[in-house]
Amino acid sequence: MNVVVCVKQIPDPADPGELDPETKTLKRDSKLILDESDSYGVEMALQLVDAAGEGEVTLVSMAPNNEVGGLRTALAMGAASAVLVSDEALAGTDALGTAKVLAAAIGRTSPDLVLAATESSDGYTGTVPAQVAELLGLPSVTFAKEIAVDGGGVHVKRQTEDGYDSVECPMPCLVSVTAGVVEPRYPSFKGIMAAKSKPVDEVTVADLGIDAGSVGWAGGGQEIVGIEPAPARESGEVIEDEGDAHERIVAFLDELKVL
Amino acid sequence: MTADQDLSDEIVATVRQWVERDVIPNASEFEHADEFPEAMFEQMCEFGLFGATIGIEYGGLGLDITTYARLIEELARGWMSLAGILNTHKIGATMIERYGTDEQRQRYLPQMVDGSFRAAFSLSEPDAGSDTRALRCKAVPDGDEYIINGTKMWVTNGVRAKLVMLLARTPDDRITCFLVEKEPGPSHGGISVSRTIPKLGYKGVETVEMSYVDHRVPAAAVLGGDEGLGQGLGYALSALELGRINIAARAVGVGQAAFEAAMRYAQERETFGQPIIGHQAIAFKLSEMATKLQAARLMTYDAARRYDSGERADMEAGMAKLFASEAAFEIATDAMRIHGGNGYTQEYPVERYFRDTPLMIIGEGTSEIQKMVIARKLLERYPAT
Repeated sequence: MNVVVCVKQIPDPADPGELDPETKTLKRDSKLILDESDSYGVEMALQLVDAAGEGEVTLVSMAPNNEVGGLRTALAMGAASAVLVSDEALAGTDALGTAKVLAAAIGRTSPDLVLAATESSDGYTGTVPAQVAELLGLPSVTFAKEIAVDGGGVHVKRQTEDGYDSVECPMPCLVSVTAGVVEPRYPSFKGIMAAKSKPVDEVTVADLGIDAGSVGWAGGGQEIVGIEPAPARESGEVIEDEGDAHERIVAFLDELKVL
Repeated sequence: MTADQDLSDEIVATVRQWVERDVIPNASEFEHADEFPEAMFEQMCEFGLFGATIGIEYGGLGLDITTYARLIEELARGWMSLAGILNTHKIGATMIERYGTDEQRQRYLPQMVDGSFRAAFSLSEPDAGSDTRALRCKAVPDGDEYIINGTKMWVTNGVRAKLVMLLARTPDDRITCFLVEKEPGPSHGGISVSRTIPKLGYKGVETVEMSYVDHRVPAAAVLGGDEGLGQGLGYALSALELGRINIAARAVGVGQAAFEAAMRYAQERETFGQPIIGHQAIAFKLSEMATKLQAARLMTYDAARRYDSGERADMEAGMAKLFASEAAFEIATDAMRIHGGNGYTQEYPVERYFRDTPLMIIGEGTSEIQKMVIARKLLERYPAT
């Protein structure tokens, strides 16, 4: 079974991010790492291929520069190869443009299953997986917390607010994976060493037959009209116990209507 | 072998990430319960830590000692005992790789890379620690075998190991290293774990007393074959060069953890209207801690690099071990003092660092022994003219 996992390389969330006032987007000129949200999809794909006993996991990613650091992390976990769409023309690409590029890259292979995170940790649109599925003409199942492959289809437990839905879907299909549902493995030292020599196929938008004008700033169907810093979190109220702390806490919780 | 720097950094960063996520939040709980950390051990096996420095030809990763020292530092930053689980194995593997016969290398090293077949190192006895000449454990030849009788102390990993690097005296009064195979557990043949030694710190990993009563090993168990007869002490002391780099790296790791805890606490805790780091008495302490830590780290890396370059590093390893272990104890003590009353409780990890650091001063040769080693080497390097 061959599985493609869409992965994104993002600025390290441990470092303070910065917005570019000119482009009104996140600055991405520092080292990029694998989006943690994607590590769950990678883990799930590796487990599914292991269970199937054959096949491999291929990563598909898109980056304006030719950054591969995050891809190497997923390759060290056990993915076999990666396709990186890297092109200056991609700077400023919006969610739909991203989906077009990823769909074109995935379309060059013929996977049984495409996995993606439900949303990236930097952009948070949460729209790309369904767009990719639509563009590829594949059925999509979202918010999977568990996937089992059986015959020609997948059984997915789909996370809901109250529990989960059991969904069956024929393959090939696209499934978006909820964060935290599996424990992503740490790469072994051998895996880290092997990742250095695993193939990363770098392609441009032209290689994919995509008109450069339809992606990037030029192809954007949306415009960011303004950005402003998130308001600083206000400090909470400290209740000093003068014998009535419990009453004041109860009153506070009552006001929040949580009692 | 020198590893590619990027690769080395990536490997160290991976272990650091694991230590931060999975070790630091759980270490004190296991330590207080004196419980062997099975899940952490499993992950160490998954990483490939047990074969990290074993040659590629035997299925290991062939990493250099500088990378190994950095890995030990990261493990010890989370919990010093994890470095202990690894160290006796590393010493055993190094002795086999360096001094074993071809047959011994082929037999043991491929099994030792994944952590399922682990080694313990057994030199000390109840009456023979620093004074190795007092060694009394006996190995008497009998046909194609040796019969071993004696008691050994401070055998770290003694219960779980499948191989003991045992130093024993033969009738010609020479010391030989034997490769003693055993099944994990409290007894095997004439070997029994006579006592699990209760310790101040360094918990979770067993340190035991082992008795040998008429235990038979084949003559082929002599490390190095016939050429290895009588060479045991030299082999062991040479492997301890690495052991000392390991201890120095552990000291740096625990020192780093204690320093970070103190730095964090000094910025959170307020007295007299300001965080205590604003008081010069605390700030100066932190400056001194950081300076000692930096010196200890650089000395450790320097000894490791010398070792990697093929130079003799016994003096530098001794210096690093001496300085880093004493520095770690001082840093842990100061971290506790900065924490005040909280530092004396089990609510904060500094009490663990305070209990763990004395091991590095005493284990693998006390500070006093290190000074003797250093002085001997100084005389070699600066002979009287």
